[in-house]
Amino acid sequence: MLEIKNLHASIEDKDILKGINLSVKPGEVHAIMGPNGSGKSTLSSVIAGREDYEVTKGEIVLNGEDLEDLAPDERAHKGIFMSFQYPVEIPGVTVTNFIKTAINETRKANGLEELPAKDMLKKIRATAELLEIDRKFLSRSLNEGFSGGEKKRNEIFQMAMLEPKLAILDETDSGLDIDALKVVANGVNKLKSEDNAVVLITHYQRLLEYIVPDYVHVLHDGKIVKSGGAELALELEEKGYDWVK
Amino acid sequence: MDLKEKLEASFLAFENKVSTDIDSAVHDIRSAAFTYFEQNGFPTRRDEEWKYTSLKPLLKHDYNVFPEAETALEYAAVKKYFLHEIESYKIVFIDGVYSSFLSETTHDGYDVCLLSAALKRPKYKMVIDHYFNTIASKTDSVTSLNTAFSKEGAYIHIPKNTVLPKPVQILHFSTGNEANLLLQPRNLIVVGENSHVQIIERHQSLSKNVVLTNSVTEIFTNKRAIVDYYKIQNDNRAASLIDNTYIKQQQNSIASVNTFSVGGNITRNNLEFHQEGEHCTSNLNGITIIGEKQHVDNHTLVHHKFPNCESNELYKGMYADRSTGVFNGKVIVDKEAQKINAFQQNNNILMDDGATINSKPQLEIFADDVKCSHGCTIGQLDEDALFYMRSRGIPKKEAKGLLLYAFANDALEKIKIPELKARITKLIASKLGVDLGFDL
Repeated sequence: MLEIKNLHASIEDKDILKGINLSVKPGEVHAIMGPNGSGKSTLSSVIAGREDYEVTKGEIVLNGEDLEDLAPDERAHKGIFMSFQYPVEIPGVTVTNFIKTAINETRKANGLEELPAKDMLKKIRATAELLEIDRKFLSRSLNEGFSGGEKKRNEIFQMAMLEPKLAILDETDSGLDIDALKVVANGVNKLKSEDNAVVLITHYQRLLEYIVPDYVHVLHDGKIVKSGGAELALELEEKGYDWVK
Repeated sequence: MDLKEKLEASFLAFENKVSTDIDSAVHDIRSAAFTYFEQNGFPTRRDEEWKYTSLKPLLKHDYNVFPEAETALEYAAVKKYFLHEIESYKIVFIDGVYSSFLSETTHDGYDVCLLSAALKRPKYKMVIDHYFNTIASKTDSVTSLNTAFSKEGAYIHIPKNTVLPKPVQILHFSTGNEANLLLQPRNLIVVGENSHVQIIERHQSLSKNVVLTNSVTEIFTNKRAIVDYYKIQNDNRAASLIDNTYIKQQQNSIASVNTFSVGGNITRNNLEFHQEGEHCTSNLNGITIIGEKQHVDNHTLVHHKFPNCESNELYKGMYADRSTGVFNGKVIVDKEAQKINAFQQNNNILMDDGATINSKPQLEIFADDVKCSHGCTIGQLDEDALFYMRSRGIPKKEAKGLLLYAFANDALEKIKIPELKARITKLIASKLGVDLGFDL
């Protein structure tokens, strides 16, 4: 599904990613771990198409298509979703209206009719229930005044609504207490299928107790320095990142 | 002959024509105002209050200053300019002349009618003597010019303990039958104790011919009265507006003016609140969205003269292309006016490199126990927010529009008539080029 080949990326002439190779197949869960400053968030931003970053070498291919020339919204239309580490507050646009707009724009881009209001409402309600989200929450302005946990839960809500092929969860566990973490993990697990894939980007092993990865990669100084199975995360937790440097 | 000379030549003829049917007090008011205008002329950019707004391009036209004949308009042709979704009183003028056909006035318990009638008929004399031209500035030459030629406009008098069951719409159409038209409507609105009125005002040109409107509105809110005033300024590019609004508030009254400036060529709003009693609240909200070479200037004044009062001011501006905006928000708190809460906020987004905003908060505070805050921001769209929205599949143009809409939203929230709110929201959305895929 996702093929990243020898990816180099920089911001303001500073090299951050220095040759990433990663292959993700449908149905898989990958975890990318690494210390602060290793390039984890840069990798997710570059996949999502953030224009501040310049891809200097290599390529990102999604289902056979090179993403290089695609804008962030076009990548979203192809099925990429990134959950933000720091979701942006957008006062004046409710959660419901935002997700309706996102879904219908995506459908439009894929040559589909807008989702009828009734179906939209049904889907919103079902998804909110799955993630134990209060209905009142849906009519609040997007992320405005949300707690850290509410913001993350809202990200997963959007993911569930948009049903991406590839979901990149950037530090989704940070700022979550254990109960919220369980709800979020439970949501991700329920949404996982043979047709989609998840890339978890995390500093800690904690999230991986609830969403068990098929592969774990360790990122250090812009490169993947070690890959393994779920057990690698435990080893990292025990020995620290110095172990793999 | 320039415009000032033409107005001077016209004044005598005007007075001769109307003086037979008005009382001498109003005649004296007009003469004094005219003398002031004659001596001072139109303001120029050397005048501090007009530093960023030049009337020069507007004054070069050869205006017709006396439209007389009533031009008929079919309701169907202008229906869209009315808030037709709800019942309302309507005071409609076509090229400055009252249109009885399009209007719906009343004298049933309260007066929603014409200033020309109120100036003529003896039964209104007391109200006219008591209120007319008592709050409008006598030292402002554009206001004085309007006063000198004041003859027609809306007259709304609500006695005490009356809540108007439906809003009043004041509409001024210009047809373009005159190549260049100068309009000077004059509105007088008096709201009695414990009474409540909602007013929607709009100036609309129906042709590409040049129109300059110099409007003056005086509003008096007596004890515990509530006035909600909405100004829809979405005129075409050949139409310019100088809108002067003066409000005098008695104790415990609440006056709110919402100004939506999204059209026109040059628009200048002079909005003044004078608080003449304790526990008054003054609310000023504005949204400006312009582009090309349009210009909108919001000059506001809140004068707190008594203790325990409040003012809330929120102006949002969005400027594209080479448009220019001005915000000048003056708040005066007199020495006696303790325990005042005065809040002022002016937020602006410049969408293009060529756009300009001149923002000037001006606080003159002489009392020592007050809470006054002001904030002014000028910025661009938040890139992080744009990326966030795009990463969810919302294309750049729509994301920008949605962000701007969201930026304007808290000023939209102040609209208390739901149908009007829906209308303005749609208008704002269309100005921002965003198709809101949801109901509001």
